[in-house]
Amino acid sequence: MAELDTSSGGGKKGGKVRSKKASTKVDLTAMVDLAFLLITFFMLTTTLNKPQAMDIAKPDKDDKNDQKLELRASQTMTILLGKNNKVAWYMGEAGKSAPNIQNFTEIRKSILDNKQKVKATTGKDIVMVIKPTAGANYKNFVDIMDELNITGIKTAPAIDDENITDAEKSFLKSQGLL
Amino acid sequence: MSRAKVARKSTSIDMTAMCDVSFLLLTYFILSATAKQPDPLDVKVPSSTYKIKVPEKDIAILTIGKDKVFFEAAGPDIRAATLDKMGEQYKISFTPEEKKRFSVIASFGVPIQSLKKFIAMDAGERKKSGIETGIPADSLNNQLADWILQSRKSVAELHSQGMRVSIKGDGSEGYPTIKKIVDILQKQKINKFSLITTAEGK
Repeated sequence: MAELDTSSGGGKKGGKVRSKKASTKVDLTAMVDLAFLLITFFMLTTTLNKPQAMDIAKPDKDDKNDQKLELRASQTMTILLGKNNKVAWYMGEAGKSAPNIQNFTEIRKSILDNKQKVKATTGKDIVMVIKPTAGANYKNFVDIMDELNITGIKTAPAIDDENITDAEKSFLKSQGLL
Repeated sequence: MSRAKVARKSTSIDMTAMCDVSFLLLTYFILSATAKQPDPLDVKVPSSTYKIKVPEKDIAILTIGKDKVFFEAAGPDIRAATLDKMGEQYKISFTPEEKKRFSVIASFGVPIQSLKKFIAMDAGERKKSGIETGIPADSLNNQLADWILQSRKSVAELHSQGMRVSIKGDGSEGYPTIKKIVDILQKQKINKFSLITTAEGK
């Protein structure tokens, strides 16, 4: 198909100058290769370009029903999200133990350590409380939720941006994180 | 005895038909891939390891960035119905032509008072005019809450399903801005919503 008849005037006699017959058959292999490569690329991008969703559930905020659920101090880990991509975390009750300040790259190890510790001492799963402060940005919030997913925390984390205690606030302020 | 001779055949195959087919497919995929509309608000979505896909139907996307909120409801029928309800509420009547034009606009961020002007513009003008100041979402003039509520009603009426709300926020956006929007959602008893993120390798 990809060939043209180039043998024009082939049957003539006589010593005329003949141009050299070059085959017009083009090697299409490379072209087909390229086409399939592009097809693969476009096929994958159309299906893979869909954004991912992270489902978040927040506690019901009812104005009338203002009851609060107390959490057991021995199995609670609270993470405060502060300014400059820093987090502060503590176990148990606020104010009793000084919070540790870490980066987002280090927090995963702490979560895993505490998860194991809680499991070993109480036999129950760890409960996470996330408190994003006004200093945090949206990426920090998504990152910390992602860390919980990576570390395999199955219980739904409590996202609490209402009840940041004064002790927590003053601690963050003193560390320059708020 | 003479051996049976095997005829030598050329190993080059005619690639023309294969080439035709592959380019046809290529054309199809290129055309179907570029149908996506550009986002009017440029946001850099943070990445996560979550692998749940965002549904394409019955969803509203709130784009948050630079202290502005843009709103998008999925599906032309939902958009038209939502505009109808909003017009009723704010005493603005939209012509069928305007409704048709509105139903193909994906994400928008104008106060409803200047929505008529916004619809009349073409895509290039919209971006240039600086009319897109975000949807008002403060407590005195909470149009965002109305948009969400009316689109939820439209989805419930037309598709008899609950609408999902997802937030597409810029990574560097301060948490208070996000919290303000989330509080609006929670006022409407939407306690479960999804955050849109991009995929990330573990």
